[in-house]
Amino acid sequence: MSDHLTQQILDLDELLIHQFKENKELISAFDIPKVSALREKHIKDFVEKGFPDSSQENWRFTEVESILDQSFIHDLQPLLSNNNIEELFRCEVHNFDTEIISLLNGWYQGDDGSMHTSPEGVVYGSLRTAMKTYPELVDKYYGEIAHCMNNSFVSLNTAMVQDGVFIYVPDGVTFSKTLQIIKIIDRNENVFIQNRNLIILGRNSQLNLMHCDDSINHSTSLVNTVTEIFVGENAHFELYKLQNLNDMSGLINSTFIKQEANSTIKTNTLTFNCGMIRNNIEVALDGNGAHADVFGLYLMDKKQHVDNQIRILHNQPHCTSNELFKGILDDEASAVFNGYIYVARDAQKTNAYQNNNNIQLKPHATIHTMPFLEIYADDVKCSHGATIGQLDQEAMFYLRSRGISKANARLLLLYAFSADIIKHISIEALKTRIDDMVKKRLRGELSICEKCVLHCGSPEKEYHFEIDMSKI
Amino acid sequence: MEVNDNDTILEQVTQNEYKYGFYTDIESDMAPRGLSEETVRFISAKKDEPEWMLEFRLKAFRHWITMKEPEWAHIQYPKIDYQDIIYYSAPKRKKELSSLDEVDPELIDTFNKLGISLEEQKHLSGVAVDAVIDSVSVKTTFQDTLSKHGVIFCSFSEAVREYPELVKKYMGSVVPYTDNYFAALNSAVFSDGSFCFIPNGVRCPLELSTYFRINAANTGQFERTLIVAEAGSYVSYMEGCTAPMRDENQLHAAIVEIIAMDDAEVKYSTVQNWYPGNKEGKGGVYNFVTKRGLCKGKRSKISWTQVETGSAITWKYPSCVLMGDNSVGEFYSVAVTNNHQQADTGSKMIHIGKNTRSTIISKGISAGQSNNSYRGLVKILSGAVNSRNFSQCDSLLLGSKCGAHTFPYIETKNESSIVEHEATTSKISEDQLFYCNQRGIDTEKAIGLIVNGYAKEVLNKLPMEFAVEAQKLLSITLEGSVG
Repeated sequence: MSDHLTQQILDLDELLIHQFKENKELISAFDIPKVSALREKHIKDFVEKGFPDSSQENWRFTEVESILDQSFIHDLQPLLSNNNIEELFRCEVHNFDTEIISLLNGWYQGDDGSMHTSPEGVVYGSLRTAMKTYPELVDKYYGEIAHCMNNSFVSLNTAMVQDGVFIYVPDGVTFSKTLQIIKIIDRNENVFIQNRNLIILGRNSQLNLMHCDDSINHSTSLVNTVTEIFVGENAHFELYKLQNLNDMSGLINSTFIKQEANSTIKTNTLTFNCGMIRNNIEVALDGNGAHADVFGLYLMDKKQHVDNQIRILHNQPHCTSNELFKGILDDEASAVFNGYIYVARDAQKTNAYQNNNNIQLKPHATIHTMPFLEIYADDVKCSHGATIGQLDQEAMFYLRSRGISKANARLLLLYAFSADIIKHISIEALKTRIDDMVKKRLRGELSICEKCVLHCGSPEKEYHFEIDMSKI
Repeated sequence: MEVNDNDTILEQVTQNEYKYGFYTDIESDMAPRGLSEETVRFISAKKDEPEWMLEFRLKAFRHWITMKEPEWAHIQYPKIDYQDIIYYSAPKRKKELSSLDEVDPELIDTFNKLGISLEEQKHLSGVAVDAVIDSVSVKTTFQDTLSKHGVIFCSFSEAVREYPELVKKYMGSVVPYTDNYFAALNSAVFSDGSFCFIPNGVRCPLELSTYFRINAANTGQFERTLIVAEAGSYVSYMEGCTAPMRDENQLHAAIVEIIAMDDAEVKYSTVQNWYPGNKEGKGGVYNFVTKRGLCKGKRSKISWTQVETGSAITWKYPSCVLMGDNSVGEFYSVAVTNNHQQADTGSKMIHIGKNTRSTIISKGISAGQSNNSYRGLVKILSGAVNSRNFSQCDSLLLGSKCGAHTFPYIETKNESSIVEHEATTSKISEDQLFYCNQRGIDTEKAIGLIVNGYAKEVLNKLPMEFAVEAQKLLSITLEGSVG
């Protein structure tokens, strides 16, 4: 069943609230009691607040109204599709060993009512199945760190969500491969999708996760994803987010990470294409000696908009964090960066670094950057920086004087600028692939028509600059 | 070095009592408590203002009642009851004064305690002092020297009487009454202030200076300053403030407007040392100030320098609107907070013209249980090609219960401009302390030395006369530790 939300009499938020009230039983059919209770709480919050608008400080520069004004279909049940996701989508990164979890139009594919278990003991599957097979884990963690402060999309998600991914890495387990979540949107109507992911890492465990958001057609979609990640003591977690949707689509991504003592995480948000992207990342350093690396790269053109809201909460002493976001803005694209480092009263010996660098290529590109620090402890080292500029004219001159064409020199400099982020990718095969993608993107060759960001062209062909390096 | 030692010294250093807490007993002529159209009319009538001035005030008042108090700043204070404030209080004067001898001896005494005796200032430093006590300009010196050069420097009410055309033309052109809540309030009830006009091509021979003091209990101080620098002129303007100790919070909502035409340069320096409240956070001045300069002409320059050591709450963002091509805006600030003080201060640089440049240097020092925030905006509009901004805001933390925050906003809308922002937050380096100790400098002195060195970049920008006072103020905050 799909509920057409096309009546123009009601706004989208009212329609969604109406849909929730009418179909409560269907929506919460697989719930454990806690999840149902959260739905009630959050729908109230959403009724009260509605969608955020630009009068709110956190949404000042990101205009969601124009997307929300369109009509959307909000499915309450998966459509029976003839398309096999394996056919729609094949991942062809060489030497890149992944386990794939696929979601088509927001619904977990191949859910047979049981969870997968890898040889090492990593458990993964759909969230709705997890509520049946691991109710105690879901009960313990679900909704514990996702909050709707300044973001009623989280309320809407908590109230309406029906599917998503559940991953559990038990204590001491290292997942040798990379787990890859692939989200494909392939509908001819405009769809509004809610997804919820719950990822739990036990003590001394390790997981690499890749999260790809793709669309394979040109209709408008709006994806509202909430991800909660719990990183246990001494665990290590890496997250690569690839965002490559069509120019009409919107993506609201809210990621909450809670770190225990001595755990380390690395997140890398790579935004290549999307009409409107909002990434909320909140990392709570809740244990002594935890470390977080939060990186991001955004390459936007046309009228695209990207908004990265990064909150790093230093709640305990001896934690370190390193945050670096870089972006290249072309045409009339706009970017927002709001970094926020919070150091709690007793979080002494904190070392936090935050940096945002932007290159603006065209006169009508817009950049808003707000690197905030809020510090309540004295024995800390916190610094931040932000720059907005252009390509270094001297470097440009140097390259040109060596006989490199203007276009190539420009490309080389832009690539060098992006390389600061790419070099932090620790999976070698992925790094090579992303490297190629960035080169393609900078040349304007990467298009979302190709099925997947990792499936762009033939993997055999490596991309090189047409530069005679001997001249340099 | 013993950690405890350090803590004790830090405690001593940061818990000094306010040295300028005294109260001059001058009979005041007060408006009734509360704010209404009647109050506005009362103030206007008291000051013998022309009809257009009253109209301006009433427009502002009518707009103010439709506005909401801003809540975005990182400060907390109990709700202000705007109906419980006396909006006008003037020392009673029996007749016009023609010489210093006629000034109320108690008033002279007040100035003497502050170390700014009018005579001394007059004879030794060559500074013209337009002393403002509780809203009415009492005495203006060096009028003659200035008038020889065609410089107008007088109280605002005098300017309204004597130069209505100038006031009409420029008042509200940089900070309109609709600008913000406190600007609207000020526009409705402002009591007095200074007016300064530098004609074409004149380099003002003196550094102009005004001392503001908030006096009688429960009176809000609503100053309004207007500085107009015509083409090719130069002026350095100094504003210093101290307020006597009072238990109830006093409200201060001032407006400063600066207009600089082609090639003009205005240097505006402030030392603010109002009563910050006692150690428990009781009392103190609420300081909500709107300061803005408009670089209207080509190659004009406006420079703000401020040393903020007082006030329970500071809400202040001296700004530059860089409208003329090649114009320059500068902001240098040292903000010190201790005990329960809260400061949310910074600067706004709006680049409109081509090749405009701006610099922001902000040094925050927080001690005790205070919160010190830098909040700044750098906005480069699409027409501001080849613009350049550099911002640096550093915070120093003394003690483990204070907070230091940085909220920069940077927006650019063209591809040829370069904006850089950097900030660091740290505590006093143990290495530096150790180095000083090792050279025989005790911890107290070492802290003073380091803090002074830290703020040096900004203090150096102050005019000579002020630099001395500013250092004195820093040493009061860091009592006994400055060598």
